[in-house]
Amino acid sequence: MTFLKVQDIHHTYFTKSNAVTALSNISLQVNEGEFISFLGPSGCGKTTLLSIIAGLFQPTEGRVELEGKQVATLKSEIGYMLQQDYLFPWKTIEENILLGLKINHHLDEEKKAYAKDLLMQMGLSDVESLYPKQLSGGMRQRVALVRTLATEPKLLMLDEPFSALDYQTKLHLENLVSDTLKSFGKTAILVTHDIGEAIAMSDRIYLFAPSPGKIHKVFEIPEELRECSPFDTRNHPMNAEIFQTIWKEMESLGSQESHKSTP
Amino acid sequence: MDHKSHTKALHNAYIRSLKKEKYWVRFYQLVIFLIFFSGWEIASRNKWIDPLIFSSPSKVWELFLIKVQDGTLFFDLGFTLSETILGFILGTLLGTILAAILWWSPFLSKILDPYLVILNSMPKVALGPILIVALGPSFTSIVAMGTIISVIITTIVVYTSFREVDPNYIKVLQTFGGTRFQIFKEAILPSSFPVIISTLKVNVGLSWVGVIVGEFLVASKGLGYMIIYGFQVFNFTLVMLSLLVIAVLATIMYQAVEFLEKKLIKNN
Ligand SMILES: Nc1ncnc2c1ncn2[C@@H]1O[C@H](COP(=O)(O)OP(=O)(O)OP(=O)(O)O)[C@@H](O)[C@H]1O
Ligand SMILES: [Mg+2]
Repeated sequence: MTFLKVQDIHHTYFTKSNAVTALSNISLQVNEGEFISFLGPSGCGKTTLLSIIAGLFQPTEGRVELEGKQVATLKSEIGYMLQQDYLFPWKTIEENILLGLKINHHLDEEKKAYAKDLLMQMGLSDVESLYPKQLSGGMRQRVALVRTLATEPKLLMLDEPFSALDYQTKLHLENLVSDTLKSFGKTAILVTHDIGEAIAMSDRIYLFAPSPGKIHKVFEIPEELRECSPFDTRNHPMNAEIFQTIWKEMESLGSQESHKSTP
Repeated sequence: MDHKSHTKALHNAYIRSLKKEKYWVRFYQLVIFLIFFSGWEIASRNKWIDPLIFSSPSKVWELFLIKVQDGTLFFDLGFTLSETILGFILGTLLGTILAAILWWSPFLSKILDPYLVILNSMPKVALGPILIVALGPSFTSIVAMGTIISVIITTIVVYTSFREVDPNYIKVLQTFGGTRFQIFKEAILPSSFPVIISTLKVNVGLSWVGVIVGEFLVASKGLGYMIIYGFQVFNFTLVMLSLLVIAVLATIMYQAVEFLEKKLIKNN
């Protein structure tokens, strides 16, 4: 059963001085409950694609359907966590996590309790009345995740949620996010620069090539690894081999980026 | 433990040195105040400066007591103060509303851009005579002066800050399906509060200028009128009294805005 269907997307940004084609000929399908990663060097259009899937703007060409319906009409079913936490500094943590519910007028006691419960599950208790600047980067990232999950989206998109964190926090959050999403059976798309992270988290990896952004190759992660937690996957004997394959493929793209992670 | 108590002793010494400095600052401020007023008094008594023009603190004080007793000072003061506060509030409010309208419609803002530049560079007090003809020589036209002098600059400054809000906050709201109004209310306005408050501070000063000039032109009461009247009948004690009262009132208003600032943006 196809849950998300992205069909023949082309996108060109027009500015006064030039026209940048960010995406060309993107088609992909995601089933319900799958975890997908977009991997690729900087500037290959990953954020652009997420924005289009989220219905924030129309692509120059192509369509995106969620359960057979055009996405522009059903924003509240898609949760999108941006590249940084973007918590509102003048709102408390509680006001921040309830923002989505307030905006789409679904704020009631039950939903409120649900959001607070999520916060507890993320290991954040007694922070409701604090302001974002009083939290560490990792804590803020978790709060942003709670804010996104609180509206109970059917599809969750995460744009490099862990890239600004230290290694230990990152490993910890990978497990936490993976567990949380699995327990809710959510469909998710993760954008990352980090091959190891992509392997650890996903069922399938789309490798993007730049200028213009297109899907270069698709890697299916073996069943065996999928069942492990992200941390165990990183230490699994099969991991190194898959990492090598993807690494070589990325090298062949002549990417300008250096990749931070090791298997 | 020993090390800890040592640190504590050093900290106490540091706090004492801070207090001492504050004490000296206050002391010299007082010295300047006393030298200024006693110097003024002495120079005037000994006719080193023309007492008819520069008056003297004792004469100003006498006049102050007289005008307090017969109530005329509070009458003039109340008149001018209400004009200024009204002009100040209207200027800031209208400026912010105009900025919101410009933010709402980028197309309109492009159209109005050159007109804003012209209006802003124009010396607003020069519009005084026109306002008086249009609105009549009254309270209204003086308030209009106090308003018009600050409204355009407020519009420009606040609109600029509306536009500089990080677009990613807008994006967050859009991912939740936020409407343009919700975006304004949740992101644009609150993140511009610091700028709006700082324009308040500037507007305090501007509104005083507008109102005093307005009173120069038309009023038959108020502190500005006291200055002009004192000037015409060569009663400079009256002029000085009026100036001192204005200085005190403007300072109080400024302090009130600073207090408001501390209350409103403690979390940013
Ligand atoms: N608003 C915009 N206007 C014009 N060009 C844009 C705009 N946003 C992105 N681009 C261009 O589109 C291309 C893809 O950008 P995008 O942000 O989607 O890349 P990305 O894969 O998310 O990169 P990164 O990994 O660095 O986040 C880039 O060449 C970028 O310069
Ligand atoms: Mg990006």
